[in-house]
Amino acid sequence: MQTQLLEISTISSKGLLELSYLIGSITFIIGLKMMGNPKSARKGNMLGAVGMAIAVAATLFLYKTEHTTKEGLKMGILFASLLIGTLIGWLTAKRVQMTKMPELVSMFNGMGGACAALIGLTEFEHNLGNKGALSFIMAGLVIGSVSFSGSIIAYLKLNGSMRNPIRLPKYPIINFVLLLALIVFSVWMVSSGCSESTLLYTLFAASLIYGVFFVMPIGGADMPVVISLLNSFTGLAAAFGGFLYDNKVMLTGGILVGSAGTLLTIVMCKAMNRSLLSVLFGSFGESAAQGDQAEVKGSIKDINVSDLAVLMNYSKKVVIVPGYGLAVAQAQHVIHELELLLEERGVEVAYAIHPVAGRMPGHMNVLLAESNVDYGKMIEMEEINPTFDQTDVVLVVGANDVVNPAAKTDPSSPIYGMPILEVDKAKHIIVNKRSMSAGYAGIDNILFYDPKTSMFFGDAKKALTELVAALKSL
Amino acid sequence: MEALFNFLVAQREIIYFILLAIFVGIEVIGGVPSVLHTPLMSGANAIHGVVVIGAIIVLLDTPIDHIGTLVLGAIAVVLGTINVVGGFVVTDRMLEMFKKK
Repeated sequence: MQTQLLEISTISSKGLLELSYLIGSITFIIGLKMMGNPKSARKGNMLGAVGMAIAVAATLFLYKTEHTTKEGLKMGILFASLLIGTLIGWLTAKRVQMTKMPELVSMFNGMGGACAALIGLTEFEHNLGNKGALSFIMAGLVIGSVSFSGSIIAYLKLNGSMRNPIRLPKYPIINFVLLLALIVFSVWMVSSGCSESTLLYTLFAASLIYGVFFVMPIGGADMPVVISLLNSFTGLAAAFGGFLYDNKVMLTGGILVGSAGTLLTIVMCKAMNRSLLSVLFGSFGESAAQGDQAEVKGSIKDINVSDLAVLMNYSKKVVIVPGYGLAVAQAQHVIHELELLLEERGVEVAYAIHPVAGRMPGHMNVLLAESNVDYGKMIEMEEINPTFDQTDVVLVVGANDVVNPAAKTDPSSPIYGMPILEVDKAKHIIVNKRSMSAGYAGIDNILFYDPKTSMFFGDAKKALTELVAALKSL
Repeated sequence: MEALFNFLVAQREIIYFILLAIFVGIEVIGGVPSVLHTPLMSGANAIHGVVVIGAIIVLLDTPIDHIGTLVLGAIAVVLGTINVVGGFVVTDRMLEMFKKK
């Protein structure tokens, strides 16, 4: 009688666990779908979080196999770990500046990758002899480690600690050989039934090194693509964990992110008119390093703040092109002030958003939204390009490569073929920059030498504040 | 090889499941305005933090005297939780800005 009762309770708690995972999976799918619409996006994110909480809580209280033990000490460690992770995650996410967002996403992604890798390390010895399970463990370990170390490098690059791409000679070959070696090594470890944990740690270390080598040669301008790709890697690693434990919510979550991340990566590559392979193997930097693009000759002229204020005041239509420089200078609030002031004077103002402006897709939108810019005013590239010839003044703030006409005119330019904002069609082009230094792709911009272009030098926040003051005094 | 083959046959339902999930992922993301790309990437980033469940399972299934595994498992839980909580909170912060005035 008692054993029967016990069985029933085991069955129903198992059923309840599976049901929670089902709920979790559904919330992930619906949540992601809702995040595709500005109106429902926030609720979608909340829904995903609730589903995650249900799935985690269900695992804590309902998960049970013949190995499961719940000693007080162990549960103490488990809950303490959850609490520490929650505190760190919550506080970092709450405190970080909006401009540091890409770095943070990269860092969080690395944490997930590391988690997947550690699962692989710990599960190895329990699954010796089970080749199916071992192959998922190896896959999760390798992909998770690559994602972890790659994300850390991406973080350092975005952070500015590692500005220049570091390339070993013949690095595509070195990387390819290393990748091949990783795959062969993992396959051999699974198929030979090797039980040496030293070899497992060697594989772990080699994967970490590969992650570093994988991201290291890629230029900063391509970091959005890399983060998106690493995001889908971590998704994949989570999915392999789901495979290992036959855990449906890990599978759904992991695969969803894996496929969504891959799609997002492709969309971003398309926006730059480049293939994923050329991003990964850095044809970008190579041709730039060769320096074979046409030498830019000509003179630049600059404009002072009062002339610019007059010019803008009497324009009919002004388009602002924000770039990473805007984020660095934290000039998003003052630019909104400029926009409101111009509109007060009857000037039509819009923002032109290049898909890869900033360090992540949508980076500029997030930044502008922070200062309450109406998202109806943020116009995407395809939509705004045909309107530039009716635009009086284009104000480029801290953007460079995304407005470089060389992408259309100079086949030898490393960014040739990348769709750009065709600001050179406007009547006046004002470029706000701190100095004449090249953009993130490290190439010169022929727009600056256009007779219609005037340079408005200075830190974006300081220069725009002066502009706003000059406009007010008109 | 044979073991792997048998494993794949035994797991064929999961393989169907995976194929369908891949298409759901593509369908769910398709047609999203680029305005929402960063929050979406960040939200997806939080969701792959579901890997923390694997880390919890490691801890639950490890005997109390396997100190090494317990330590690695606990670190994994901490890292996975940072991914989940940080990911959702930061996405919420981003999306908060998109609210209608």
